[in-house]
Amino acid sequence: MIISPKNMQRGVVSILTAATAITVLILIFIIFFILEKGLPVLSLNFLTTNPQDMGKSGGIFPTIIGTILLPAIALLIAIPLGIFTSVYLCEYTKETIITKIIRFATDCLAGIPSIIFGLFGYIFFVNTLEMGWSILSGGLTLAVMVLPTIIRTSEEAIRSVPQIYRQVSFSLGASRWQTVKKVVLPNALPGIVTGVMLSIGRSIGETAAVIFTAGSSLRIPTSLFDSVRTMSVHFYILAREGLSNQNAYGTAAALIIAVLIINILAYWTMHRFIAKRN
Amino acid sequence: MANKIEIENFSVYWNAERYLNSISLEVKMNEILGIIGPSGSGKTTFLRSINRMNELETGFKHEGLLSMDGNDIYSPDTDVVLLRKKIGIVFAMPVPLPMSIYENVVYGVRLSGIRNKQKLDELVERSLTEAYLWNEVKDRLNISGLRLSGGQQQRLCLARVLAMEPEVILLDEPTSGLDPISTAKIEDALNELKSKYTIILVTNNTKQAARVADRTGFFLMGDLIEIGDTRKVFTSPVKKETDDYITGRFG
Amino acid sequence: MRIFGENGVRRILMLTAFSAISALLLIALFILNEGLPFIFRYGVSNFLFTSEWIPAKGLFGIFPMIMSSIWVTLGAMMIGAPLGVAGAIFLTEYAPPAVMKIIKPTIELLASIPSVVYGFIGVMVLAPIIREYFGGPGLSLLAGCIILGIMILPTVISISIDSILAVPRSYREGSLALGATTWQTTHMVTLKAARSGIVASIVLGLGRAIGETMAVIMVAGNSVNIPSSALDSVRTLTANIALEMSYATGMHRQALFATGVVLFIVIIILNSIASTAIRKRKTYK
Repeated sequence: MIISPKNMQRGVVSILTAATAITVLILIFIIFFILEKGLPVLSLNFLTTNPQDMGKSGGIFPTIIGTILLPAIALLIAIPLGIFTSVYLCEYTKETIITKIIRFATDCLAGIPSIIFGLFGYIFFVNTLEMGWSILSGGLTLAVMVLPTIIRTSEEAIRSVPQIYRQVSFSLGASRWQTVKKVVLPNALPGIVTGVMLSIGRSIGETAAVIFTAGSSLRIPTSLFDSVRTMSVHFYILAREGLSNQNAYGTAAALIIAVLIINILAYWTMHRFIAKRN
Repeated sequence: MANKIEIENFSVYWNAERYLNSISLEVKMNEILGIIGPSGSGKTTFLRSINRMNELETGFKHEGLLSMDGNDIYSPDTDVVLLRKKIGIVFAMPVPLPMSIYENVVYGVRLSGIRNKQKLDELVERSLTEAYLWNEVKDRLNISGLRLSGGQQQRLCLARVLAMEPEVILLDEPTSGLDPISTAKIEDALNELKSKYTIILVTNNTKQAARVADRTGFFLMGDLIEIGDTRKVFTSPVKKETDDYITGRFG
Repeated sequence: MRIFGENGVRRILMLTAFSAISALLLIALFILNEGLPFIFRYGVSNFLFTSEWIPAKGLFGIFPMIMSSIWVTLGAMMIGAPLGVAGAIFLTEYAPPAVMKIIKPTIELLASIPSVVYGFIGVMVLAPIIREYFGGPGLSLLAGCIILGIMILPTVISISIDSILAVPRSYREGSLALGATTWQTTHMVTLKAARSGIVASIVLGLGRAIGETMAVIMVAGNSVNIPSSALDSVRTLTANIALEMSYATGMHRQALFATGVVLFIVIIILNSIASTAIRKRKTYK
């Protein structure tokens, strides 16, 4: 039997539509499932009190601190390094073998599994540099992990700034760095912000790289050399050790909401900047 | 009149291909020198050689001498940033930077370290007035330069250059995308500006050269065919190619 | 930055530009340094191809983990790649632009849902279903495949979309003008042109599936054995490291780093393939 091109077309379109629908439904299901089970647990009290009995009861306050501090340190280091790297690649050098190597290294770094970052952070920051299981070790490990994301997105953003703006700036007597500072970076900002937001999302959700570098202490940290537990790690421990499904759902809901907010913020900032520029 | 810029046997290559053939000419102080010629004749390459904009792209090479006030522009001792402050350029397409009108005008001078608000305000008013734009924008200096019309944008670009108080102004087909009224405004501005500046005007509109230039040079295929007083070039050109081009037989 | 001057700035930027290379080298150095000596001492083929993993007796064969990683990854690809590529084709070629505008960011949002959350869903929802309808312990190879397949969807979809969109519109118009249906155009023209980008998306998804740790630990059961059925409990390379790292010492710890070395090398190879494919795609523009 020969299927006519027209029927073929109909068949294929329905398969494709079904595939997309399945994908979207699965993904929506995940978010709704977690929120439905978790939101009832989520309360101001849950967010602001200390966990009791290994997290079986009580709140998640210390893990929120960990979840803020670790990505903060990571970004503090990765943002300048990443942006400067992409400025160098785009504005200060031509395509050479060195830039190719840098790009390849960035790509590789982006693909390395988080457990490897965990191993590396453990052997390098925790042991060799003797930082122990600490906020600092965890933050630095995350910095290395998100660096490629920031480099790639910034590079793309910088390249999308029209070449003519640079020429105008040079023609008005600006030096290269002045041009970068006053024309290139401000116009690349929305793209850079998106990359930063993606990195925040990734470091908030990270577990494997954090558990071996920042540890899992439930105390409220008093210095950068104290161990902390992030929400992701806390959630993992609760779920894996079956301590409390209820608190696990609550933590997961808090995590998902945090990630949602950050993503929406990223979208919103990007569109606002684009709208402002036109 | 003294020579502001002297050019001797100047050639330009892009990736080993020759784009300008041994050009020799001088630009006199406070004149408007018009440069005409069909597209691809090397006019823009010539213009962008004068403030070293060409070297921002890869594959640029040059030969010969290009000097301003007797100083070699391509000497290794030349401070390119300072040179570009002295030689301003207006591009063919109006390209305001994506910032306010005010910020566009003071962009260059801010970089030179002038911060005094009152001085900057004066400078903005003076430059926009000289560019025939002040009256149209004085009440909305804080809106984005991108929101002006094409003709206004181009005058903004001119004002931006004037604010730098350059010695030489290069114009690369500045009215090619503009309507006749905007064009007239820019030409009026140029006529007044030549008392203060030396101006080189590249144009694809021969009539424009006839209207505003004191002297005119004709480029063809990377060669300077002829240069002289505008009236003479237009009424009794020496070379046949010039005559053909001006009368519209080609190009 | 004024105090540094132009050349100072250039030098500082150049230094930072080496941060990515240095990071990669440091990682390679430290992981290899911890793991390679063990591999050579234990014997490459002993380590890779024997099936006994009993740290207490000094037996460290990771063959079951290698097989489990391969099966989990292949299974995930069988679910994630067709769904992802089909979704990308639908969104770029058939869906109205408004739908694309909503769905693409939604799918990208799912890339940032923590992997532990996916794992948890696997435990709470998927495993009971498998236990009920297919038998076995529920936490199994099959559960791992499905969860990982879902997790790689965002990667596959968004990179495929980018590479399909990069195909010049004129290719499509040329084909449609010759009387081809949209589907004929899609599969004979668009997909051919976007092929290397789609391959890259699948390879990157593959990399993500092999490297995923926490979700797999939660859903795959973690028994060391060579799977004989999709319902068996399995332990992947990544799970092996994460499960035992917290208490391992001496030889045992070195063996875990050696597992990391194997993983690291596989990932670098996969990434090289993907980045060559992506670079090929860029030449279309």
